[in-house]
Amino acid sequence: MVSGNHEPTIIGFLCNWCAYQGADLAGTSRMQYPANVRPVRVMCTGRIDPTFILKAFAEGADGVLVGGCHPGDCHYLEGNYKTIRRITMVRRMLEQFGIEPERFRLEWVSASEGARWAKICKEMTEQVKALGPLQWWENVREA
Amino acid sequence: MEEPRIGVFICHCGTNIAGTVDIDEVREFASGLSGVVAALDYKFTCSEPGQLQIKETVEKERLNRVVVAACSPRMHEITFRKAVAEVGLNPYLLQIANIREQCSWVHKDGNTEKAKALIHAAVQRANLLEALERREVPVTPSVLIIGAGIAGIQAALNIADSNHKVYLVEREPSIGGRMIQLDKTFPTLDCSSCILTPKMAAVGSHPNIELMTYSELEEVSGYIGNFKVKVKKKPRYIDAELCNGCGICIEKCPWKADSEFDMGLGKRKAVYTPFPQAVPNVPVIDRETCVYFEKGTCKACEKFCPTGAIAWDQEEETVELEVGAIIVATGYDLFDPSPLTQYGYGRLDNVLTSLEFERMCSATGPTGGELVLKDGSPPQSVAIIHCVASRDKNYCEYCSRVCCMYALKYSHLIGEKTDADVYQLYIDMRCYGKGFEEFYQRLSDEGVNFIRGKVAQVTDQAVSDEEKGKLVVVTEDTLLGRMVRIPADMVILCPAMVPRADADEMAKRLLLSRGADGFFLEKHPKLEPVATVTDGVFVVGCAQGPKDVPDTVAQASAGAAEALSLIDRGKVEIEAATAVVDEELCSGCKVCLALCPYNAITFDEEKTVAEISDILCKGCGVCVAACPAAAITGRHFTDKQIVAEIEGLLADVKPPLVAV
Repeated sequence: MVSGNHEPTIIGFLCNWCAYQGADLAGTSRMQYPANVRPVRVMCTGRIDPTFILKAFAEGADGVLVGGCHPGDCHYLEGNYKTIRRITMVRRMLEQFGIEPERFRLEWVSASEGARWAKICKEMTEQVKALGPLQWWENVREA
Repeated sequence: MEEPRIGVFICHCGTNIAGTVDIDEVREFASGLSGVVAALDYKFTCSEPGQLQIKETVEKERLNRVVVAACSPRMHEITFRKAVAEVGLNPYLLQIANIREQCSWVHKDGNTEKAKALIHAAVQRANLLEALERREVPVTPSVLIIGAGIAGIQAALNIADSNHKVYLVEREPSIGGRMIQLDKTFPTLDCSSCILTPKMAAVGSHPNIELMTYSELEEVSGYIGNFKVKVKKKPRYIDAELCNGCGICIEKCPWKADSEFDMGLGKRKAVYTPFPQAVPNVPVIDRETCVYFEKGTCKACEKFCPTGAIAWDQEEETVELEVGAIIVATGYDLFDPSPLTQYGYGRLDNVLTSLEFERMCSATGPTGGELVLKDGSPPQSVAIIHCVASRDKNYCEYCSRVCCMYALKYSHLIGEKTDADVYQLYIDMRCYGKGFEEFYQRLSDEGVNFIRGKVAQVTDQAVSDEEKGKLVVVTEDTLLGRMVRIPADMVILCPAMVPRADADEMAKRLLLSRGADGFFLEKHPKLEPVATVTDGVFVVGCAQGPKDVPDTVAQASAGAAEALSLIDRGKVEIEAATAVVDEELCSGCKVCLALCPYNAITFDEEKTVAEISDILCKGCGVCVAACPAAAITGRHFTDKQIVAEIEGLLADVKPPLVAV
């Protein structure tokens, strides 16, 4: 088991209107957070096909973070509610694949919550770092 | 598809990017990526020479894709799309890698590695980008303005004077908003209604303004240039065509209720206009107070109305409008200070809010402009408490910007009307505007007592003879460093300006974002101060944040200019990044139909396939992710493009997919 100084790579799927803007605001405000989260911009979290999340893990991501508008604030009215439903399924799939639930997070970040985005990235990085590199094959075999 | 020839342009942004990202290393890396034929860097890629570098390289190297690694696409995507379009490249063949806001500015270590990953992802995605054509649609040359306070009035007059149609919707029976409730305005001490009523009258009689008072926005659909709006007109029970505004009905009505306009300090009749200069000068009958609606008798108003204008059978009406732009000018609410129980509002007599005090000062107010205590006597001393809920982490963290100045104005008004001593209890005096500092000096010379400190308590518990029968303001004087007790007859609270109680519903109707303070969020705090994330919707005045009258008027005119520039251009381009169904793949399961929030998907019963309307689709992609047959493509965000981006982001990471 490798752990300790492993720098995890986390893929962040961010909706254009809330989380991506929030992340931009964190930048404009020069809030510092670890470089481990690498963003993919989508128009709405409702666009996120569960296979994207699996693809990220398959390609070597140690964690996946989905950031969208707070419930009720979706730019497309209700895309994030659909995300909530899909993510419930994704969590179960990840478990079956032997991927620890702590490697995945769904968070709501508004356009004005730069500080929140920075905090989430810090927490997520710490959380995934503590788990070490993703070794889902090992996890499945043990189970 | 032709062989991709990608150019990567890396911006230093002065030292903003180059300060923490090794540009040479990133450029070397980019030049080795698949499909890349040119990788260049420049100090400011967004500058004229920077854009020229892109354009020249596109032509010289016959580039058919461009990646710009610079600031957020929300900053300069439009700039670079225009630049590549000028040399014949479809604007959708441009990809931005955000290596500033989400890289160089926010990390201490690993910036160069992350920038490389972001550029790798952008290049991978650029390989698969497809040209898209934007459609032009005509613009409806009219504007809807929601809220007819000073902001809405100013914007309406600006637009109407340019010969464009304005629909001005106001939920109260009259226009005028908060400003018409004020007595004087700082720092000039202009009489508020004297300067506002001419504008109100102009709105009322303007041929290009359709005024809809006692009406509320119900529903908005459509898109920039082509909004469809439903407005609910509440019944006035008075026929506006017949009413001549004589006011006899008001005089004869025997029933009373607390006046909303006078902040509950005075009474109004069941049939009323909120104040004498109301526009339109047509009363409304308040169904809740009118006895006829409860018992079926009275009808005093009807008996005396000389024009037969009373219309008991009026019903709520929904009016549908088509407009090209929408201006939100819904204003603010005053924070209700009751939760700050230490200040005694609602519990102790003679503790007033600022708006209540404004009404008391007004010649048309409940006391006819006299400053009196509950027992009818004039106050001997008045304490004004600043920053009530403003600048307070427990309530509103922000500064409400106007309180220091109106508190100074109150000192002057109290001095004019009484002999009372005035105490200003402030945290910091913020007199930043034109003529503000001079006003502050003037009031200091007029003998106002300034005490610096956040008030701990207002109490009626006297500890000395001097305090008996008075309110006592207990505070620390932080300049003297000791606690003081100030006996006062009247206490005026300056509560925070807060978003309207129904700002949330308004935000949902118009798809606006709200800031941490709850006010509507502008698109860019500096350079797009009145635009919002919804194209074609603008926000002005206190709906966007606390501000004084001059700032509100300036912003309202800015909003009017933005709306005019939109409706005057005749046509507008519609986003091309919409979803499209592949008929061959569609199995006709109808899963997508129920998901679309805009009803953009219909079902072709003959072909048994789903169809998506280009015009109605806003490109959210929720149907794309849901389609079990992968028959729906989200243009510009296709599965392949997104997957390529993920692969690019993770190209430097060893995949764990090694089965043993």
